[in-house]
Amino acid sequence: MGRKALGAHALVVYAFLYLPILIVVAYAFNGGRQTLNWEGFSTRWFGEALRDDTITSALRNSLLVALGNAAVACLLGTMLALALPRMRRSTRIPLDALVTMTLVTPEIVFGIAALVFFSHAGIALGLKTILIAHVVFNASVVALVVRARFVGMGRSFEEASYDLGAGPVSTFRQVTLPRLAPAIVAGGLLAFTFSFDDFYTSFFVSGAGTSTLPLFIFSSLRFGVSPVINAVAVLILCLTVVAIVVAYLILRRSSPKTLPGL
Amino acid sequence: MAAVAARKRWGRRARGGAPSYPGWLALPALGWYGAFFLAPLAFIFAYSFAELSGFAGVDFAWNLENYRYLWDPVYGEVFLRTLGLAGFGTAATLLVGFPFAYWLARYAPAKTLLLLLVILPFWTSFLIRTYAWLIILDPDFPLFRALDVNLLYSQRAIYIGVVYNYLPLMVLPLYAALSRMDWALVEAAQDLGDGPLRAFRRITLPLSLPGIVAGSLLVFIPLTGEYLIPAILGGNKTAYAGTLIAQQFSEAHDWPFGSAIAVVVIAGMTVVLVAFSRLAARGEVAHG
Repeated sequence: MGRKALGAHALVVYAFLYLPILIVVAYAFNGGRQTLNWEGFSTRWFGEALRDDTITSALRNSLLVALGNAAVACLLGTMLALALPRMRRSTRIPLDALVTMTLVTPEIVFGIAALVFFSHAGIALGLKTILIAHVVFNASVVALVVRARFVGMGRSFEEASYDLGAGPVSTFRQVTLPRLAPAIVAGGLLAFTFSFDDFYTSFFVSGAGTSTLPLFIFSSLRFGVSPVINAVAVLILCLTVVAIVVAYLILRRSSPKTLPGL
Repeated sequence: MAAVAARKRWGRRARGGAPSYPGWLALPALGWYGAFFLAPLAFIFAYSFAELSGFAGVDFAWNLENYRYLWDPVYGEVFLRTLGLAGFGTAATLLVGFPFAYWLARYAPAKTLLLLLVILPFWTSFLIRTYAWLIILDPDFPLFRALDVNLLYSQRAIYIGVVYNYLPLMVLPLYAALSRMDWALVEAAQDLGDGPLRAFRRITLPLSLPGIVAGSLLVFIPLTGEYLIPAILGGNKTAYAGTLIAQQFSEAHDWPFGSAIAVVVIAGMTVVLVAFSRLAARGEVAHG
């Protein structure tokens, strides 16, 4: 294929990726009650969504879980990222495989496994169990991002700090941590969106009566598409897009080599 | 000399890279994985050998009943269909994604921005991206009303949803591999008389093999447990492995049987992972 043909193909791919999302956004501003009959621009469905108690409580739940998850995942993931690169090969390789496994296991399998486990361990299903389960794969996300930065930044700054007489703790506080901070923040933002968007895991471990925004959308789909769902979808999109763009910019500024993908 | 002494004083130095951080820092995360990832997986493994007793109870009979029950042409068909879906998704995203990643790595202007535009959908809600097609494929959607076709709740709707949702997962590793390519090699091969196709086969393809392998895994493995796309765009009419699992847990309440299906999915995934890593290792040996 020539360069022009490739360019044209790429254009079609971008259209394919973005038109569906743009259509959801456009219809969210449709004033009519019928989703597909355009009856003029209006923001009324956002208002209706935010006045609906089911939606606001699901939004509150989603935010609580995503924030808590991001905090715990940052702590566990960063500690793991610091420990892993310097381990002996024979210890590191199985641990690496475990981290990868938490990310590639089909989510539905992990979801039901967590459900069986929680009900056996006598842990009541609810926000707590959603958070516990989300941390499993998000700690791995943070670990990957932070580790790429940690390995990529080399050791000269730390060496200088040691040579000037600083101990391990103050070297970590004054040298390593500030230089890792962008990766930790970016990893936390990614963990936030991962959790905020999660459907599968939450679906199985939420229990009766606890809902998150994705669960709300899924259960509403039984009644087909509706303008209120479009509005909720746009709210979710806005929040996650902002988080991802910020994470991307932070990562790109600090270490261009850790892209792409995460 | 002072530096060396200080170094000795502050203890163990790693072979290259940053200073050594103690291994116990990994313990909280590993504990979390152990308690909330490995233990749950062990639980469903044990459950797959159990049987239902009464309505909600489970009896650990340690027999193969659930697996024998699965060994039935009805379920065999479901597993084949699942493999077919995963295979289709992998092939289709590779076919669409490779020329795209190639363009992005070699010719694209403003690479950073254009790459971000691929990453964005990858990180936005899977559910919403699937839901979007529910609107587009609606027979009342202007485009399809004009064409007078109805794809909604059909097999083709599922295929569209799969390509749409999994395309970024294929493109990102392909781009990562292709962006490290030295295009001068391709030009040299062509200067020395290779046609574009031959240069592609002899240079571009082998060098992008790790990206192809990684992308295929990232698409194939999650697709073996796919549940949302058939449920939403297929109208839950055709069953896949993921559909079966979800049914056992949300409707049928037969956890042991659902666990057995999940174990089969994990076993299949392990086989694929091992096969792919062998393939990748062989590719690396062949092309140095």
